[in-house]
Amino acid sequence: MDFTFAPEHVALRRLVREFAENEVAPLAMEIDREGRVPFETLRKMAKIGLLGVCFPQKYGGMGAGETGYCILMEELGRVCTSTATNVGAHIGIGAMSVYLDGTEEQKQKYLMPLARGEKLAAFVLTEADAGSDAAAIRTCAVQDGNEWVLNGTKTFNTNGSFADIVTVMAVTDPTLGARGGMTAFIVEAGTPGFKVGTHENKMGIRGSSTAELIFEDVRVPHENVLGKVGEGFISFMKTLDVGRLTLGAACLGGAQAALEASVHWAKTRKQFGVALAHKQSVQWMIANMATEIEALRSLVYRVAWMVDTGQPFTQLAAMCKLYGSEVASRAIDVALQIHGGLGYTRDFPIERNFRDARISEIFEGTNEIQRIVIASNIFRQHGVRIRP
Amino acid sequence: MDFTFSEEQEMFRAMFRDFSAKEVAPSAEEIDHEEKPPLEVLRKAANQGFLGATLPEDYFGAELDGVSYALLIETLAGDCLSTAVTLATHVSLVAMSILEHGTDAQKEQYLPLLASGEAIGAFALTEPDAGTDTTALQTRATPPTPPVGGGEEGGVVLDGVKTWVANGGIAGLFLVFAAAPGGITAFVIEKDTPGLTVGYREPTLGLRGVAINTLYLENCRVPAANRLGKEGEGGDIAQQALHRMGITLAAAGLGVAEAAIDAAAQFASERVQFGVPVAKKQAIQNYLADSLIEVEALRYLVYHGAWLVDQESDLTFDAAVVKAFAARVARSVTNRMLQVMGGYGYMEDYPMARKYRDARALGIIGGPTELQRVAVAQRIMASKDVEIVP
Repeated sequence: MDFTFAPEHVALRRLVREFAENEVAPLAMEIDREGRVPFETLRKMAKIGLLGVCFPQKYGGMGAGETGYCILMEELGRVCTSTATNVGAHIGIGAMSVYLDGTEEQKQKYLMPLARGEKLAAFVLTEADAGSDAAAIRTCAVQDGNEWVLNGTKTFNTNGSFADIVTVMAVTDPTLGARGGMTAFIVEAGTPGFKVGTHENKMGIRGSSTAELIFEDVRVPHENVLGKVGEGFISFMKTLDVGRLTLGAACLGGAQAALEASVHWAKTRKQFGVALAHKQSVQWMIANMATEIEALRSLVYRVAWMVDTGQPFTQLAAMCKLYGSEVASRAIDVALQIHGGLGYTRDFPIERNFRDARISEIFEGTNEIQRIVIASNIFRQHGVRIRP
Repeated sequence: MDFTFSEEQEMFRAMFRDFSAKEVAPSAEEIDHEEKPPLEVLRKAANQGFLGATLPEDYFGAELDGVSYALLIETLAGDCLSTAVTLATHVSLVAMSILEHGTDAQKEQYLPLLASGEAIGAFALTEPDAGTDTTALQTRATPPTPPVGGGEEGGVVLDGVKTWVANGGIAGLFLVFAAAPGGITAFVIEKDTPGLTVGYREPTLGLRGVAINTLYLENCRVPAANRLGKEGEGGDIAQQALHRMGITLAAAGLGVAEAAIDAAAQFASERVQFGVPVAKKQAIQNYLADSLIEVEALRYLVYHGAWLVDQESDLTFDAAVVKAFAARVARSVTNRMLQVMGGYGYMEDYPMARKYRDARALGIIGGPTELQRVAVAQRIMASKDVEIVP
């Protein structure tokens, strides 16, 4: 066993930390208040290669693997969950789906510009009546010669309103359902009939964009089928596994920031004649928070190592997302309590963190779905097949 | 023991529900999104007598008993926690302090103003360096030379900064606590008193309809007639007010938790995933069941506390217990109920996100939960002859 980071990952963290502190953190409050996506930050990230951090260099990436990607998400999550969300939707599920299932031609044509950050991606799955039950989607694709014609409405699409390239799942054979009846497609923005609908007004991650996407007779060439016809569901679930792990990494950063802010405040704030740090109630809060963060850190980077070394990781990725989101929520809740009234105001970042953190228990598969994934994996090993 | 409501309490409750559904619920979202204090609702509440809810009829109050008042706050909080906290500040912290500690002249002068809503009451205790530790006040009340008030003895000059003044931005009357030579002392100060300035409005996570402001006191001359209680009694007056408020805020926590369960249960009955309403899923049932179990436990703590207020007993222990529990329940229940609604719970187009943001305040306002734990520990250890200090 070796629990140290490789020198290139240490260097990457230094680079990302500096970028996050200098370029991302200063905008965090502003983009939340104004509800805008920080495109200027994304452009700067593209320039230094971060938007393709995990992809091989031959596809325009940095080649830092899943571990490098987790480092990026942790450091972004530490300063701005909105920015981490934009980046995660682009790399971790948008571009990732092309990387995992694309043909060589698709990777050259689509992954390359995405990895270089010349174009931005979104991953389009959820529908109004198909949230946790992703297999209940109704958006359909019908083959017409060498083209497919897509119709349907997708909701809650992160990056959807501005993405240049989206990967979208549609029903291609209603008689077969999730296994065999669904297919993923690559669709370019600007394709006739592909439109952006309403934008969501969210409690947090307000510096990310969540929009409805409408497909009306959108014609997609057959060469844009991602993976095999009928295997879209399995392919999308595989992509989500990776997304979940890195979401856990972003949560690790958020929790770490909450700990740092709490320690700083407990040192500074005096009540009853002493710094809060001398109160055992506060000490316990800090100790519990730090313990959970260390457990999460070990889990996240262990799973990143498993991905990088080609081991199965579905169940553990679900644990990263489940545990990470809960650790982050708890840590930020405690940080708010330690800050008292000040933590409850928008003048302190804790308030934003509190609103932002809550989404991680919901998106990219609710925590209930993660528990189902974990339990079904465990029971399957014991010969029991469970249904959601 | 008798766990039933009186006929009168039942009647009041029906009336509160009617009022809240008609007047409070429709404006709740706007109050939150636009950070607008609920002035229109307060005017209508005044017509119903709610602004003098627990004041005697002699002062144009509604003379509600403690439990009925808790039912009022619980009901309003179900629709809008901002409205409930605004009203609770006015009644429990300000009006009741004047009733309990005021001279006849003060009561006659101020209580009808408060009951009619002509003046809204604000409570100014917290300071930048005196949050949880309200004994560390820096605001000074010093006797001027020569005495203020046309030679009247005992007037003071106030200097200092008060933060987190609930209702600060909408108040006509401020209950201000300051350190006088004889100890912490309470003063009732009218808004247009020279030297009193309302400043910065706190941009809060939730409770965005509550006008929480900074209050500046600069050479603010206050005649002796405006001192509430004796010099040095301010600490006790503040504590008693906070105990009443603790029970009132607990009623508010009960209301917001109940309403969250109702909204999430409705959602769970309609939202179909995996071919069935999600209410059929055991995980969702557990979220709902655990929440309702907590709410039922809280309910009787709240009504018990509210009943105790009328028994004129010392509320230190009971107020701490119910407030700490209510803050926890309101937080955990709104958190779970948001989860039941999934992505929809996170959208500001639905009331759940607001309830979640609002409910979090209860762990902080009216004294943080940590301070209530100290009060509870003090009670336990006093019986073992151990003195606990915060």
